[in-house]
Amino acid sequence: MRRRIRVTVDGRAHEHEVEPRLLLIHYLREVLGIGGAHVGCDTSNCGACTVLMDGESVKSCTVLAVQADGHEITTVQGLAGADGWHPVQKAFHEAHGLQCGYCTPGMIMAAVSLLRENPDPSEQEIREGLEGNLCRCTGYENIVRAVQQAAREMRGQAVAAS
Amino acid sequence: MTETAERYVGGGVLRKEDPALVTGRATWTDNIKLPGMLHFALVRSPMAHARINSIDVSAAREQPGVVAVFTAEDLREEWAAPIPCGWQVTEDLRVPEHWPLTGDKVRYLGDPVAVVVAEDRYAAKDALEFVEVDYEPLDVVTDMEEALKEGAPLVHEDLGTNECYTWPLQNGDIEEAFSRADVVVKERYIQQRLIPNAIEPRAVVAQPEPGGSFTVYSSTQVPHILKSVLSAICGVPEHRLRVVAPDVGGGFGSKLNVYPEEALALALSRRLGVPVKWVEERSENYLATIHGRDQIQDIEVAATSDGKILGMRVELLADMGAYLQLGTTVVPLLGAFMYPGLYDFDAYSFKCTAVYTNKTPTDAYRGAGRPEAAYAVERIVDALARRLDMDPAEVRRKNFHPPFDQPRTQPAGIQYDSFNLQRALDRVLELADYEGLREEQRRRRESGDPVQLGIGFSTYTEICGIAPSQVAAALGGGGAGWEAASVRVLSSGKVEVVTGTSPHGQGHVTSWSQIAADALGVSPDDVEVIHGDTASAPWGRDTYGSRSLPVGGVAVYLAAQKVVEKAKKIAAHMLEAAEGDIEFEGGRFSVRGSPDRNVTIQQVAGAAFLAADLPEGMEPGLSAETFFDPPNFTFPFGAHICVVEVDTETGKVRIRDYFAVDDCGPVVNPQIVDGQLHGGIAQGIAQALYEEAVYDEDGNLVTGSMVDYLVPGAPEVPRYTLERTVTPSPSNPMGVKGVGEAGTIGSPPAVINAVIDALSHLGVTHIDMPATPARVWQAIQEARGREASAGEASRTGRPAQAPDHEEHPGGESL
Repeated sequence: MRRRIRVTVDGRAHEHEVEPRLLLIHYLREVLGIGGAHVGCDTSNCGACTVLMDGESVKSCTVLAVQADGHEITTVQGLAGADGWHPVQKAFHEAHGLQCGYCTPGMIMAAVSLLRENPDPSEQEIREGLEGNLCRCTGYENIVRAVQQAAREMRGQAVAAS
Repeated sequence: MTETAERYVGGGVLRKEDPALVTGRATWTDNIKLPGMLHFALVRSPMAHARINSIDVSAAREQPGVVAVFTAEDLREEWAAPIPCGWQVTEDLRVPEHWPLTGDKVRYLGDPVAVVVAEDRYAAKDALEFVEVDYEPLDVVTDMEEALKEGAPLVHEDLGTNECYTWPLQNGDIEEAFSRADVVVKERYIQQRLIPNAIEPRAVVAQPEPGGSFTVYSSTQVPHILKSVLSAICGVPEHRLRVVAPDVGGGFGSKLNVYPEEALALALSRRLGVPVKWVEERSENYLATIHGRDQIQDIEVAATSDGKILGMRVELLADMGAYLQLGTTVVPLLGAFMYPGLYDFDAYSFKCTAVYTNKTPTDAYRGAGRPEAAYAVERIVDALARRLDMDPAEVRRKNFHPPFDQPRTQPAGIQYDSFNLQRALDRVLELADYEGLREEQRRRRESGDPVQLGIGFSTYTEICGIAPSQVAAALGGGGAGWEAASVRVLSSGKVEVVTGTSPHGQGHVTSWSQIAADALGVSPDDVEVIHGDTASAPWGRDTYGSRSLPVGGVAVYLAAQKVVEKAKKIAAHMLEAAEGDIEFEGGRFSVRGSPDRNVTIQQVAGAAFLAADLPEGMEPGLSAETFFDPPNFTFPFGAHICVVEVDTETGKVRIRDYFAVDDCGPVVNPQIVDGQLHGGIAQGIAQALYEEAVYDEDGNLVTGSMVDYLVPGAPEVPRYTLERTVTPSPSNPMGVKGVGEAGTIGSPPAVINAVIDALSHLGVTHIDMPATPARVWQAIQEARGREASAGEASRTGRPAQAPDHEEHPGGESL
């Protein structure tokens, strides 16, 4: 009945026996104790559970833990580097892109994924790129500003690195 | 020696809350795991109205991982009192019994009938389907007007009626005002039912402690209220109960309550002697957490032919749902005093009839009664302008109160605190380039552009700073509208602020730090704010009704002043000077005229702690506590202009621009205030264009998940152009007014007035919320049909064939 899975989460390798029906979000939260991935709905609408699987954003409430077998998962808890916060985290703080903060980890991970695909998005592209993530507090304006700010900073870093 | 004191209030201080939130290190209730903790799940009614003949839980008890299953009968002994109605708004209020589990009947879809406790949440949920309930379906009533008719199914048979209460208010000679009128405009507006949708669903953990005590962790806005009420329901003495609101992921009123699941958690942890947890699922939230709005508003104004309002009559039907939650009865009455809006006239009458139906209980949702009132008055002022062929800005200006800075009585008989409406309206007209917009509108109309431009106004006020204890008592809420704060300067000079407010996104930790920092002359980084735990912050009345800053923030300010007063005495003693000669600036006490003779507040705090050399008779320590009970509410106000483009071929509405000039008095943290306005406006736009909780005639919630209930995402809302004016309130020494609900109150009428304005040349005079493409398109077709068959015009302005309006027959523009 149970299946053995090997998953790397935020750089650490894990191996567990899980029920095939166990959702990835519950594996992260209940088995690994990662409290920074959230559940906001049961229909994949809100995006609070968004994490990266091999660098691509997924809603971890519609991925089974067994589907993550052999894959690499990044949550908001693994996003900061040795030199501090990821530019998207920093920009959300500076642009006041969060209020209660419950949608924030998912929103940040979706933004990281969006900027990976499109390093210089227009405002409309940001809004559409984040449409799978719902925020009830901010009215989205400062989230959009945060993503614009992070995009600028990341492009600057990329230029500096080249 | 004297440095320029840095001021933090009004400045750009980044939020102290953010580091935990952007790194995923916050403590949500669902993150709490305790040794031996069990999980529970609820069997909820699949019908809106049915008698329970029997419940068989034997099979459920045998399921793997299940520890216990209880019905209402099994838990009867646990309750010392039912879940209370918090506001006895009339003496003859009809209050039904409301127990955490229902035993005799189910009265709305989702009414909880049994609870399964298991080792994990999957096991608890699996076992739910093994609980067999024999239901005998009963006739269902979901429509308020039907519910009041003779012979309607009774939600509570023992009350003998579905009418919960009738509450009238009359001020001035209303008959006389209407008899003097040149014109009377009468309309009916529908406030559709809304679902609050805090992104964190509710959750609760209860833990038994040694000695018969309990700790309850809950995703709540109101830990202090929850403590008192749970104590009463479960019979746990107050001093044996600690309630903690950990990090809370939004509330918007939906967590301003005491819910069956919170009482069940406490009772189950007592019964089983172990910690228990319940976490709500979203589709469960749509049934089990309160809804908002759901009112029918009949409003009429009497006016002169040049647009001066003489009087206003309002008749309100308010849907309570199936039971009374904490604030269910009072929500429509928070609006009762606000229908006159910003306008000054002679006579006002209001009557609210509150009705039980087989639906989820309603209660406070962002604005709570006040968005409804603002919507109705702002819509009817526009209707009056159309009737008189006047500019909507002009009609407003003609009826505004003149600017004032001390309390002034308004038509409903309460006192507004301070207004300067003319300035806000002038500024928003300028910002939006009103003349330019009208010119563009004219061009588009003349060219027959399929996309028409609409300009919608809302000039609104709201009753904020829900506080004065005497007013709360007069409305049947008992009182206790104060807020408390303590300020402690520790021996090192670092500061602890204890507040009774309970933030869940509003940034109180940052704002209260700014207030204390300025008052004490320290840095906000030297201030810690303690909140949301009745053990460490024992006094408080929590966060709702835009009260936190004008009541709780002001309490922090006053407590800090008390600390400074005491510190001044100690400083005088240390400096061997008279207390009257001590000046305090930038954290330093100095002797007037001799600035070199000074001590810092940190030095004073050290001396107060060591207590080795204090003034004769003075107690050690540098700490003060304040209870602040303001004399009046506060009344923020603003002028909004919404600019929409309406595609007349598809009915689609696009908000092109949104301009808002708001006045919430002096601002503590501009970034946070702007954020509150952004989010508030977005929630108002959501009501205007997208959201509606729809029940079918059998009482099924058709919009039962986020798939069907349209919470807007980033592409669905516009950019906002904000400015503010500052008119201090005389209600408190900081002059602050509060801003948590302003946007949600101001924006729905601006949006709908804009949509109607875009189509008024086609004959459209009315569209209900949400103005979906289908509704807008239908209103256009209906108006064109009327134009075509002139003389046969429906007076309603409401699409006659629209099936979603059948329940609420149309209003009329006389």
